[in-house]
Amino acid sequence: MIDLSLLSDGGMPWLDASGRASHLVLSTRVRLARNLRDRIFGIRNSPEEREAILTEILAATRDTPQLAEAMLIRMDQLGRDDRELLHERHLVSRELAGLEGGGDVRAGAALLVQNRVGVMLNEEDHLRLQGLQSGFALEAAYEEVDTLDSELGQRLALAFHPQFGYLTSCPTNVGTGLRASVLIHLPGLVLTKEITKVLQGLSQVGLTFRGLYGEGSEVVGNFFQLSNQTTLAKSEFDLLDHLGKMVRQIIEYEEQARQVLLRDAPAIIEDKVWRAYGLLRHARSLSVEEAMNLLSGARLGVGLGLIPDVSMYTLNKLMVYAQPAHIAAQDTGVTAPSPSAINIRRASYVRESLTAGLGNTS
Amino acid sequence: MQCQECSENEAVVHLTQIVDNDVTTRHLCEACAAEKGIETGAALPPGTPGDFLSTMAKGVGAGLPGMEDAPHAVCSTCGMTMQELRDLGRLGCVDCYLAFEKPLRELLRRLHGSTTHVGERYQPPGDEVEQPVAQVADLREQLKVAVETENFELAAELRDRLRGIE
Repeated sequence: MIDLSLLSDGGMPWLDASGRASHLVLSTRVRLARNLRDRIFGIRNSPEEREAILTEILAATRDTPQLAEAMLIRMDQLGRDDRELLHERHLVSRELAGLEGGGDVRAGAALLVQNRVGVMLNEEDHLRLQGLQSGFALEAAYEEVDTLDSELGQRLALAFHPQFGYLTSCPTNVGTGLRASVLIHLPGLVLTKEITKVLQGLSQVGLTFRGLYGEGSEVVGNFFQLSNQTTLAKSEFDLLDHLGKMVRQIIEYEEQARQVLLRDAPAIIEDKVWRAYGLLRHARSLSVEEAMNLLSGARLGVGLGLIPDVSMYTLNKLMVYAQPAHIAAQDTGVTAPSPSAINIRRASYVRESLTAGLGNTS
Repeated sequence: MQCQECSENEAVVHLTQIVDNDVTTRHLCEACAAEKGIETGAALPPGTPGDFLSTMAKGVGAGLPGMEDAPHAVCSTCGMTMQELRDLGRLGCVDCYLAFEKPLRELLRRLHGSTTHVGERYQPPGDEVEQPVAQVADLREQLKVAVETENFELAAELRDRLRGIE
């Protein structure tokens, strides 16, 4: 089994909720899709070619300061449980982890992680460079990944077309190859039923939303990933600026919705958040969906200052560590626990984490 | 539910209108709704480009110039065919961008609103730095030809690129 404790912050520096607006925004991610000019794209290349691509890229990353100390994780040498763990930590896509449908992990699929940057290798594109920050921090996330891109671009010949820009396997990524996404918690807008309007508004201005685990994942616990839909015909600055402006506006709407709820229905809101917290503190069995929804309620209570003594760090950590592969990976001596045993173990873990985190609200 | 307009595609737009207290509901597919000028907003985001290309091939895209001109186009480098491109929604290599250039331009315009990259420009390692002056002269020449041949779409793109550089 992979030892993820070797990664600093477990590969999740964003958990600490130190960034801007971190009571609403869990993390900001900017990724750049890049391909090697002289190699066939992932969808059509052979295992041997993928291996050669991996070797070529790894040679280039060794001289790159941002990746010189990186931990290399070969997805194709890991079991499914480990790959799921990495996916639950938002370090790899479902595709790279080979979790799509009945699909298996593909040869040469790998991940490099160092602090706030990560690189997925042999995904749909040869390179997916990612910058990850705590809270709302588009500029910082882009800066990291842009520096890495420039460094690697000097060592590798990348696929670039004078008119179309960076060439990607999927036409939706061509141009800048940039997808910026902000993982945000919007229970106020959901409770006031304003969310549909907000999400419809997004699609009209070239933005989109996804669930907690990105493309194809469902919205759970009122967590939304807001991101740019288009990647071509706008500069990197404009794409980030546009998303940033909309996110700031949505943050404002969410704050307003929360104030409306507190003003017009204080008893209902208080009851809702305390019930969520009460169940998390005392339930004996929790499914992952229930846990995420209750964590959403508790998070709203903490954000509104109704529930003291619980830190955003504890809640962020639970969002990841209460996921199925993380609960299953706990060393309890029982191999392949049943779903009901997992739910019991999850409830126990959540209770212990909340009790241990009491009073630690930093 | 089938579209009440073309009776071919699945109805995804349910339009309720109230005129003088009379409520009528029409069920339309994406293409027919678009023809009537009804913006569905969320139409594109959930679909994969594969779906989108299939839709283009079946309905919306049937009349696209590129698709009709090159139904049997094949990429000589990776062997990707037009049919595979439609099914997968993914390109196989750099040269696919040349092999399927025409339909791709149309697709990129639909996906992104334009076909011209205006972001950071990349200089591969070891290549001579392209002189902006030479680049501008080259673009001006291309623009002149585009205007003379009345290729106004290309002309507009070239004009935008020139503005970007200047």
